[in-house]
Amino acid sequence: MEAQATYNYKVVRQFAIMTVVWGIVGMLVGVIIASQLIWPELNFETPWLTYGRLRPLHTNAVIFAFGGSGLFATSYYIVQRTCHTRLFADGLAAFTFWGWQLVILLAAITLPLGYTTSKEYAELEWPIDILITVVWVSYAIVFFGTIMKRKTSHIYVANWFFGAFIITIALLHLVNNAELPVSFLGMKSYSAYAGAQDAMIQWWYGHNAVGFFLTTAFLGMMYYFVPKQAGRPVYSYRLSVVHFWALIFTYMWAGPHHLHYTALPDWTQSLGMIFSLILLAPSWGGMINGIMTMSGAWHKLRTDPILKFLVTSLSFYGMSTFEGPMMAIKTVNALSHYTDWTVGHVHSGALGWVAMVTIGSLYYLIPRLFGRQEMYSVRLITTHFWIATIGVVLYIAALWISGVMQGLMWRAVNVDGTLTYSFAESVKMVYPFYAIRLVGGLMFLSGMLIMAYNVYKTVAGSKAVDDAVIPAQAAAHA
Amino acid sequence: MNEFVSDFWSPWIAGVSLLSIVGCAVFLWATSIKRTSAKVDITGHVWDETLAEYNNPLPGWWTWLFYLTVVFSLVYVVLFPGLGSFKGILGWTSTSQYEGEMKEAAKTYDPIFDKYLKMDVKSVAANPEANAMGQRLFLTYCSQCHGSDAGGSRGFPNLADKDWLYGGDAEAIKASITTGRGGIMPPHGPVLGDAGVKEVANYVFSLSGRKHDASLAAAGKPKFEQVCAACHTPAGTGMQALGAPNLTDKVWLYGSTEAAVIETINKGRNGVMPAWKDFLGEAKIHLLTAYVYGLSQNK
Repeated sequence: MEAQATYNYKVVRQFAIMTVVWGIVGMLVGVIIASQLIWPELNFETPWLTYGRLRPLHTNAVIFAFGGSGLFATSYYIVQRTCHTRLFADGLAAFTFWGWQLVILLAAITLPLGYTTSKEYAELEWPIDILITVVWVSYAIVFFGTIMKRKTSHIYVANWFFGAFIITIALLHLVNNAELPVSFLGMKSYSAYAGAQDAMIQWWYGHNAVGFFLTTAFLGMMYYFVPKQAGRPVYSYRLSVVHFWALIFTYMWAGPHHLHYTALPDWTQSLGMIFSLILLAPSWGGMINGIMTMSGAWHKLRTDPILKFLVTSLSFYGMSTFEGPMMAIKTVNALSHYTDWTVGHVHSGALGWVAMVTIGSLYYLIPRLFGRQEMYSVRLITTHFWIATIGVVLYIAALWISGVMQGLMWRAVNVDGTLTYSFAESVKMVYPFYAIRLVGGLMFLSGMLIMAYNVYKTVAGSKAVDDAVIPAQAAAHA
Repeated sequence: MNEFVSDFWSPWIAGVSLLSIVGCAVFLWATSIKRTSAKVDITGHVWDETLAEYNNPLPGWWTWLFYLTVVFSLVYVVLFPGLGSFKGILGWTSTSQYEGEMKEAAKTYDPIFDKYLKMDVKSVAANPEANAMGQRLFLTYCSQCHGSDAGGSRGFPNLADKDWLYGGDAEAIKASITTGRGGIMPPHGPVLGDAGVKEVANYVFSLSGRKHDASLAAAGKPKFEQVCAACHTPAGTGMQALGAPNLTDKVWLYGSTEAAVIETINKGRNGVMPAWKDFLGEAKIHLLTAYVYGLSQNK
């Protein structure tokens, strides 16, 4: 009975701290490879420090280590508190923490060593894929088990998004990683698919990794921390319903826009494009619901840096979910594809939306997990906010310019039809913009270091909260 | 091109696609039709002490944006391929667009290139306009290996000097570009052994007057004559018919250090120049030939 009366904060705490740690690691690797693009000598002629191996390490670290840990932490916190019940199966929850950290550790070892399936965002080889599957199924059991034993009659909107994310990632992971190991003792495997089908499966996975890991799940985070921090009710339940179902339904179709003008059949490319356009309104539904929740609380934005993070993240979310459908239009894609524009687009989502909503949520969460009223320094949160925001703006503005210039240079032709610019000229052109991008990335990383210091000072000497009592009257409401 | 393996799949996929597009609009309509009073109402559910929800109506502009994208999509799949094997009423395909643009380009640009075909390589090389066109072609297709200044790099010959692996006259250059080249040096490590390789390397250095160990070179001489001379000639001056480099000059394709030369003898080399005949066609190759020919003429 005693165990039922409190929330499980331990696993939330563990994941929350590791989110900060992996954020720094992942972004540091990002800064290193951004530097290598300017100074290629920085790989020190060492195979495991080359760009080709560190780049997947960067993407895996920021998406699955930083983003993943942040999602575990917040979803475990939110599902308990909005279901008014302790997390289902404490032991299994602890396993998801250690299992997920092991996955990250194995990724950090195998990727630099050169083990890769060569599928973007699914580079990890088959033994690690199996471990991911086991951890993910455990996650699903813990999450849905908690939902099953909830003491509330209705399931809170944040949990719909987390639920969709958990189910879909399981599906995506299993289908895209269907592979045949060369031997039982070796790391190498080959995809179960071939040719255009393999490309289609890969980008069905790749785009939905963005759609469900980096969008749907973080909307779940948003739906809890924005109304909590603003102290206002969610703007529209009905909008939640419409945009939730429309979002998860249409995202599934959008993958082919990664393969415009390739060997993929024309009809498939068309479907990818139009569903990307239809996706615009459902995506914006989340932004509207978040921003409009601020009604009546806008004055708090002046003094509350956590709200600054959350509202700015929604703005970047709105911007990149507008940019995405535009880039999916074939004529726009003909210019933007294969350029830095794509990289800038991803980072306006990854830094501006995913990282900022996570950072804001952690600043809310960490004092509560460690028995503090607030973070050690609210001023440092404000500093972090500005340095991060300017960093993102520099980053994406630089890559917009270099991306569009690349696209224009590659297609420019002389009167005789020959190319106006050789490829090397377009490489030379981007140097100053790569330098600005590096500055932006360094600023964002510096913000994370400030956060780490702030978290350390908050946590040091604190008493971990393990007695957060589940309110008894909550059950009465159901 | 028909991507469907049976007649069953096309209508099935077309039906699911169409239903999904229309379904978005129907779903939106069904959820927005229930008008709420202008007054904001709250659902009445409360979670975690303070979390509540209003039930505001869907923003009008947002609803219309959603409908607009659905309508656009329906129009699009009528005009363009998108519903199974239905081709769309415009008859557009990416293949036909590509072929059309290539045909158009050929019509516009071919005459510009073709007019130089009638001139011999030397006169084309002397023509500044043709030279500029040749340079642009070179920067697009050749600079990746041979460098923007045609100065080459390790394993890729310098085209701006007087040293030619396969000959520097117009015919030889054109043949190199048109049908490509394969410069194969077999590995001799297994035959010569480590000591033998070192001796031959020192003898090779002596040919161009480089610093070498005289006793090693003397021991290497008969080995060179036996193993290397067939291609590089007994004097070491090379043979252009085979693309065997001249070893008496100061040009070292794969590096001039003792270690690099020993590696060359030990493991052999495999240089490949691809054939451009099918990709570039005769007229562009003619211009490129003249450009490359001209590079070494004014030196």
